[in-house]
Amino acid sequence: MGDILSKYDILGAFGLTVYLAVFSAIGSLVLGTLVAVMRVSPVSVLRLLGTWYVNIFRNTPLTLLMVFSVLGMTYILGLNLDPSDIKGNATRWAIVMLSIYHAAFVCEALRSGVNTVPAGQAEAARAMGLTFGQSMRHVLLPQAFRGAIAPLGSTLIALVKNTTVAAVIGVAEAANLMAVIIENETGALAVFVIFAVGFVILTLPLGLLFTSMSRRLAVKR
Amino acid sequence: MSTSVLFDAPGPRARRRHAILSALGVLLVVALAFVAVRKMQDAGQLKAEMWKPFVTDRAVWRDYLVPGLWGTFKAALVSIVLAGAFGLVFGIGRLSHVTAVRWFCGIVVEFFRSVPVLLMMIFAYFGIYSRSDIFSSETAPLAAVVTGLTLYNGSVVAELVRSGVFSLPKGQAEAGLSIGLTPAQTLRSIQLPQALTAMLPALIGQFVVVLKDSALGYQITYLELLNWSKTLGSAFANTVPAYIVAALLFILVNYSLTVVASRVERRLSRRGRPTVHEATAVHAPVEPATAT
Repeated sequence: MGDILSKYDILGAFGLTVYLAVFSAIGSLVLGTLVAVMRVSPVSVLRLLGTWYVNIFRNTPLTLLMVFSVLGMTYILGLNLDPSDIKGNATRWAIVMLSIYHAAFVCEALRSGVNTVPAGQAEAARAMGLTFGQSMRHVLLPQAFRGAIAPLGSTLIALVKNTTVAAVIGVAEAANLMAVIIENETGALAVFVIFAVGFVILTLPLGLLFTSMSRRLAVKR
Repeated sequence: MSTSVLFDAPGPRARRRHAILSALGVLLVVALAFVAVRKMQDAGQLKAEMWKPFVTDRAVWRDYLVPGLWGTFKAALVSIVLAGAFGLVFGIGRLSHVTAVRWFCGIVVEFFRSVPVLLMMIFAYFGIYSRSDIFSSETAPLAAVVTGLTLYNGSVVAELVRSGVFSLPKGQAEAGLSIGLTPAQTLRSIQLPQALTAMLPALIGQFVVVLKDSALGYQITYLELLNWSKTLGSAFANTVPAYIVAALLFILVNYSLTVVASRVERRLSRRGRPTVHEATAVHAPVEPATAT
């Protein structure tokens, strides 16, 4: 057992998992917010584009996006994100694909936050004579963000778990290393438990944090 | 919240602004499409002979795509049935009056919900099935895919069962107990039937998740749609078109299922029945009933 721990860099692999998760979380938050703004905007063309984005990427397997990014985008179409290093290219594509895929879910999380605000709030704001911008800034968005905390939290947890899909394009993160260790060593169950507990350690605090935050910040109605 | 309350009917200036934003949006899409077409043309992926086989050559469908779809559906169907059984057992276990049973089921469910599906598949395949002779070497990948999908989605279904029972009015259980049913009888004949109806839309939504996640079988050599399209891509030398067609097939199937789920949900809410949503947003493709 100690043999496996000293022979393989398990912490390093989890480090790469965290690296993927952090950068894709930032990417998907930015992209997802943009799509969410499009989906609630008064411009019908933008609303339609946002809906398409969500329907396309929510219904495509992440595995397919990953495989396509390397076998299609890099090898055939020549879009190499890191020409000097084949591993670096795969890692960057993994971040891009994780961001694109989860942006659809971030958008839906934000939209469901908007949906928790009762129509009466918007009506009251408008009745007071606030403009669209003012009612958004002072009345609706503060409530919407609080309502979106819980779904955003579960999106983030799913993102951490989905970084394992990057293993299919050879990114040396946790799932990839586990496959290597299981193939070379005996005691598969112990290896699986180590990695599984690793993911529990990564996701459990996130879950607790977001649950307590969404409770503490919940709008009393 | 309805958007119509939020803004006035647009005046001339707002209309101009909307037109500019629309044009920008269209421009963005056209630019992206232009870049994509340009790249594909440079790589020779738009040549007619790369796309023609999908229409003219029956072998493309007969030997590659249909077996691929069948592989995907087979894994997904078996998994959703087993996940339903797993979820029912552990969901009821979490409602048990025996503290030990409740705790055991809670720990199992929470564990499998927080471990990535791919990790379970890799362990099941490389760690167990390919080393022992429980399954023949042909069925071992399928068994591993089904194991991973069942454990994860079964845990999600268990949570659905629990929240379904909790979402019922308290009077239902009280009425059952007061007419002399035991707690187990109340659960079985009064609470569960209503909870199962309420979770139907979420269950169909979960099937979309299972279908998508079955593509993870690619990593453990299970022959599903993604794997077959890779083979197709090398056989006909049309890698990019093959992946695009596979993606379209996935989107078509999953989008139709999502539509079915929201229809069922609307139907239930018309009948005044509540519906439950799963806690994890990423795995709940069904739109909230109050969507704008």
